[in-house]
Amino acid sequence: MSVLRQLRAAALLTVSLAVLTGVLYPGAVMTVARLLFPRQAAGSLVWLEGRVVGSALIGQSFSQPWYFHGRPSAAGAGYDAMASGGSNKGPTDAALAAAVRARVDSAVAEGSTRGRVPADRVTASASGLDPHISPANARSQVARVAAARGVAPAVVAALVDRRVEGRQFGLLGEPRVNVLLLNLALDSLAPRPRGDARAERRR
Amino acid sequence: MTAQGWLQIAVFSAIVVATTRPIGLYLERVYDGRITWLRPLEAGLYRLAGVDPDEDQHWTRYATGLLLFSLVSMLFTYVALRLQGALPLNPDGHGAVVDRQAFETAASFTTNTNWQSYAGEATMSPLSQMMQLGFHNFVSAAVGMGVALACIRALAGRRPGTIGNFWADLVRGTLYLFLPFAFVASLLYVQQGVIQNTSPAIVATTLEGAPQRIAMGPVASQEAIKQLGTNGGGFFNANAAHPFENPTPFTNLLSMLSIFLLPSALVYSFGRMVRNGRHAWTVWAAMASLFVVGVGSTYWAESQGNPLHVAAGVDATTTAESPGGNMEGKEQRFGVANSALYAVITTAASCGAVNAMHDSFTALGGLWPLLNMQLGEVVFGGVGAGLYGMLVMVVLTVFLAGLMVGRSPEYLGKRIGRREIQMVTLYVLTSSASVLALSALSVLAPSGRAGLGNSGPHGLTEILYAFSSTTANNGSAFAGLSGASYWYNTQFGLATLVGRFALIVPVLALAGFLAERRVAPETGGTLPVHGPLFLILLIGVIVVVGALTFFPALALGPIVEHLLLLQGRTF
Repeated sequence: MSVLRQLRAAALLTVSLAVLTGVLYPGAVMTVARLLFPRQAAGSLVWLEGRVVGSALIGQSFSQPWYFHGRPSAAGAGYDAMASGGSNKGPTDAALAAAVRARVDSAVAEGSTRGRVPADRVTASASGLDPHISPANARSQVARVAAARGVAPAVVAALVDRRVEGRQFGLLGEPRVNVLLLNLALDSLAPRPRGDARAERRR
Repeated sequence: MTAQGWLQIAVFSAIVVATTRPIGLYLERVYDGRITWLRPLEAGLYRLAGVDPDEDQHWTRYATGLLLFSLVSMLFTYVALRLQGALPLNPDGHGAVVDRQAFETAASFTTNTNWQSYAGEATMSPLSQMMQLGFHNFVSAAVGMGVALACIRALAGRRPGTIGNFWADLVRGTLYLFLPFAFVASLLYVQQGVIQNTSPAIVATTLEGAPQRIAMGPVASQEAIKQLGTNGGGFFNANAAHPFENPTPFTNLLSMLSIFLLPSALVYSFGRMVRNGRHAWTVWAAMASLFVVGVGSTYWAESQGNPLHVAAGVDATTTAESPGGNMEGKEQRFGVANSALYAVITTAASCGAVNAMHDSFTALGGLWPLLNMQLGEVVFGGVGAGLYGMLVMVVLTVFLAGLMVGRSPEYLGKRIGRREIQMVTLYVLTSSASVLALSALSVLAPSGRAGLGNSGPHGLTEILYAFSSTTANNGSAFAGLSGASYWYNTQFGLATLVGRFALIVPVLALAGFLAERRVAPETGGTLPVHGPLFLILLIGVIVVVGALTFFPALALGPIVEHLLLLQGRTF
């Protein structure tokens, strides 16, 4: 086979395999996925009162004291789901060390014990969109949330207990709490304090 | 480190061991042409391309076909990325990819590297993702498998002088190996929450009332083949750390298995085809030993946490309540154990997908992933690429052992002569020269230093990691380094091409030379290539070659950084 014939074979196989693996294969996956798992294929969206409030898999920004907060995020300006990513700061980075110290201080100000601050509370995730926090992180925020909502801490703590997801199949991964789903459950359990103007306007 | 963490590592390893034989048997049948359930499609592709799949090719013809196919498919992708703005299926209206990035991306995906200097969700349309990047995920993997099979056939010596047929290897690998496995894996991913659609980004209103735009796309089909083909290019910037790519610990396990199953099984097929199972298992044991040491050291380092953070008051103890360890750049659902395991797998196997940010690993935790790539990714390695890289090390070991005992070296009955050793030397020198020379250049040049995301020794490690990764066709990054510049886009593009084709050609030549040699009967003086003695020799050669080459650079990067970290120095 001459080089020219090999070149022709290369071109024809490029085009035909691109159609097969680049159009037909993903198309077939899409068709079957929509049929069998439509909710997941579309992004596990969470609806509330007729509008999308987020995805159960994508973390979102929480800063009000009456909500549980997710982990620090390096995605864009924080939880930017168009710009995923981590801080990429190395272990000897001065800015990272200073940021962690400041986050530890604010956790301690909310009642955590220095030396016992959960690691996930003071470090940015890899995706910047981590939807989860550790059970210890959630519990370290109970006092603040309960005070801001004016309910007994035991009520909020019991809610956290119910929302802890164990290891998958009892084996895989780490125990965790989904922050968006926890906050949704919280909203239906205890009213947000008055003065949450933005939320009121939306109603 | 916890028992729970080690249990998960043990479960992963047990599944790899259990599937090595059955998948290895299937692989052998695929490449012998004995799997035929897509026969009409397969025959149609050969007819269309005008090739004869039964033609046994000399190594030069095999190499010509491989190089032409890679060149054409790379140009195809370059042009399509430059025209992206004018092509359909682009709901978010992404424009043309800039020239330097289009070149690097085309080179990177053609070479099975998948280094990404762009953020997928902000740059690539669904059409580019599927028809360019997804397509290369399939065919670059099939090309790598083909080269490994060519080496095996040369050693098996069934048809002297020939090493198989490139076109048949390409088509069979794609149709019978990657397509069916990827299809099943895709659906498992979607069931767990990986998205698969061509919608534009969705705008949600968060509980606090702010808008959140969420990028969408055909992720599951891409995710499946990116792992199976050890490609590693993420749909999103955060790669397999993104919850839409890797939403649960189960998808994490599935993707780790997808990376390792084929490379591990191929070693078994190798043993069957050269009719020396004991040798193949010895090679497998060398890979497994280096893997276990790597996982242990990385998991240990990451579990210790960052001493600076511990001093500030962070709890570094891992419990069921709290992840502990170094959690910067890690996801809560994976924790320390699964992040460390993934990092070692992805760099051992030339995949380059990441579920945690390697740049934020502790100094010693980031060391092993870097070393994995510098050892040539022979620890199971990329599909095909791992085995042919390992066979080069095996030939080198046989040669050195021959020198030590003063006998002419033979490998599986084939004499290792001057030409064979020249190709082995070329292979080893080319890859290390590319890593070290290009790194040195970037350290010296202002445009190289301008891309750094960290200063001090960590900055040196970022550059060293980048050229190790691109040359070894891995694609993972210390991602603080900004590679989106003319300087890095061109150099990374070139490093991936050198690391792929300047190594494949000597390997095919080596295979061709071995294929021409007649098999000599084994005598009492032949060095046995199985058993503990050969295992230790092989590991020794891999480690010594890697250490002699890279130790000085590693000493200035991660090792000195670790010592400074212990003293509390920051930069």
